[in-house]
Amino acid sequence: MISLAGRDILHAWGKFLFTGLGLGLLIGVTLSMAGVYRGMVEDGRALIQASGADLWVVQQDTLGPFAEPSGLRDDLWRNIAALEGVAAAANVTYMTLQIHSDRHESRVMLVGLTPGDNRLPGWPRFLLAGRHISRGHYEAVADIASGFHLGETLKIKRHHYTVVGLTRRMVSPSGDPMVFIPLKDAQEAQFQKDNDSIIRQRHRTAANPVLSDSRVQTAVNALLNNQQQVNAVLVRLQPGAQRTRIAEHIRRWQRLQVYDNQQMERILVGKLIATAARQIGLFLVILSLVSATIVAFIIYTLTMDKIREIAVLKLIGTRNRTIAGMILQQALALGIIGFVIGKIAATFAAPHFPKYVVLLPRDSITGLLAVLCICALASLVAIRMALKVDPAEALGG
Amino acid sequence: MQKPDQNPQGILIEGLKKRYGQGETAVDALKGVHMQVAAGEVVGLVGPSGSGKSTLLKCLGAVIEPTAGRMYLNGKRIYDDGWLVDDLRALRRDRIGFVFQAPYLIPFLDVLDNVALPRMLAGEPNPQARSEAMNLLKALDIQHRAQAMPSQLSGGEQQRVAIARGLVNHPPVVLADEPTAPLDSARAMMVMRILQQMARDYQAAIIVVTHDEKIIPTFRRIYHIRDGITVEEAGEGRPLD
Repeated sequence: MISLAGRDILHAWGKFLFTGLGLGLLIGVTLSMAGVYRGMVEDGRALIQASGADLWVVQQDTLGPFAEPSGLRDDLWRNIAALEGVAAAANVTYMTLQIHSDRHESRVMLVGLTPGDNRLPGWPRFLLAGRHISRGHYEAVADIASGFHLGETLKIKRHHYTVVGLTRRMVSPSGDPMVFIPLKDAQEAQFQKDNDSIIRQRHRTAANPVLSDSRVQTAVNALLNNQQQVNAVLVRLQPGAQRTRIAEHIRRWQRLQVYDNQQMERILVGKLIATAARQIGLFLVILSLVSATIVAFIIYTLTMDKIREIAVLKLIGTRNRTIAGMILQQALALGIIGFVIGKIAATFAAPHFPKYVVLLPRDSITGLLAVLCICALASLVAIRMALKVDPAEALGG
Repeated sequence: MQKPDQNPQGILIEGLKKRYGQGETAVDALKGVHMQVAAGEVVGLVGPSGSGKSTLLKCLGAVIEPTAGRMYLNGKRIYDDGWLVDDLRALRRDRIGFVFQAPYLIPFLDVLDNVALPRMLAGEPNPQARSEAMNLLKALDIQHRAQAMPSQLSGGEQQRVAIARGLVNHPPVVLADEPTAPLDSARAMMVMRILQQMARDYQAAIIVVTHDEKIIPTFRRIYHIRDGITVEEAGEGRPLD
């Protein structure tokens, strides 16, 4: 038996191709949305892996430097580094802000690192160009996604920084590219107040009768302008060290919160990206419904156009299942055409997204199966209508 | 009236009735139709609108079931208790050929596959079905358009292809519903010649429903249907040459 669906598609290939193109663009958007979500998860994982840390020490009762504000004294790392089983501990600060050069402006996550030893946790693992930060001030390493170039001068708060190195795939959980600068500079950028605020604060202190002694005022102002804070201490353990025991020790004796990489990943994916994931999920549902409606409408219209032919087919003895099969095959073919176009569109569009888009083969297979299911369901209306066609319609009268 | 066992070939109808609706709104479209067409014979069925012509055609075509009466096809009783829709479908596929007023060819199949389709639907392998279809196309002198699509054919060519499709399964009965209506005189006569030749060659009983004054004189026998009752008349049997 010849394929009636195949012959019809070949006969009206333009109609199928253009309908498939429209459907394909919708599927492309759907795949891209899924890719954006995967990219967010991947960014979170890359952030944790690239840090080179085994443990993340943060302020007690907080979810760490990305999900909640965390403040620690910047000398705590010494106590942690001295623990048995700890290979290295390093302060780190994180702050999202808008920075610019003469040429370009970008929203970035500013990361403060202890300069001098690029093997410490928190440092970018590899560079695409240039070198690591080697001076204590005013040098920066930027993720290439920030758009900054090697040698470019960045203005961050009050100071200027020279980009000495470029790295890649170092982004925040929200997709902002990272710019690494020396810790002291980052602390200043994060905690230092502007001159007017400092003057107003001094006036308030001077006006307080309890603090009438000038030495007390000096001490209070110094405390209020304290910049000796970091957001987290990243800890690398020695091979074979007992992670749980060390984490528990820090929790108990340093009165701090400690997360390992798995816990950090759960925080990033489960809490930080959860809202975005729900939003993307809802978009996927809406796009699926729109796709189903389009396929149903197109297949219904194509079937309506063939009512007389269907009546003739039934009159000359075609089985209902042959006719239903023809419509189902056409719907599935439309879905496959749409999926191929959508997959190609999503693949070519992915590099142009501002966020990292990951198109996993697993997602593509799931997407294809979903498209085929949607098309099969969407064809039911047309099949129902075709099965209702009376063969007597071919005879007229 | 002849008994079916006395005329095993062709179609025999006895007291066929069809009622639409129930109670006071019931309409008797057929009130006891008697008809007999021998194998190899072409008869005309004429009648005004509303006479029951279409209902009779649908009963003959196994599209609707009659309310009462008997129908025999090559001596086999067709309408009986226990017929299922699937059986009627198989009956239409294997034992009844259809030729319509408009050719109603499947637009996405070429001429050869349009003709071969009923055999393919019956489960015959494609090469054999196409081979038989090609034989018919040759008989109808249209084999040179076998690979053409229906939209590339003239009206006369399309009707010849439709006739070939109606005959490809060698059905004992062919129902032709106004097959010459859209054609001019010359083409109408050509179609009638083909039908008569096919009836002879394939021993089919062909019933031509028509209003066409051009072809009515060509029938040897004509059934007039009025108010759901058929009356047989001798036709002129005018030669088609």
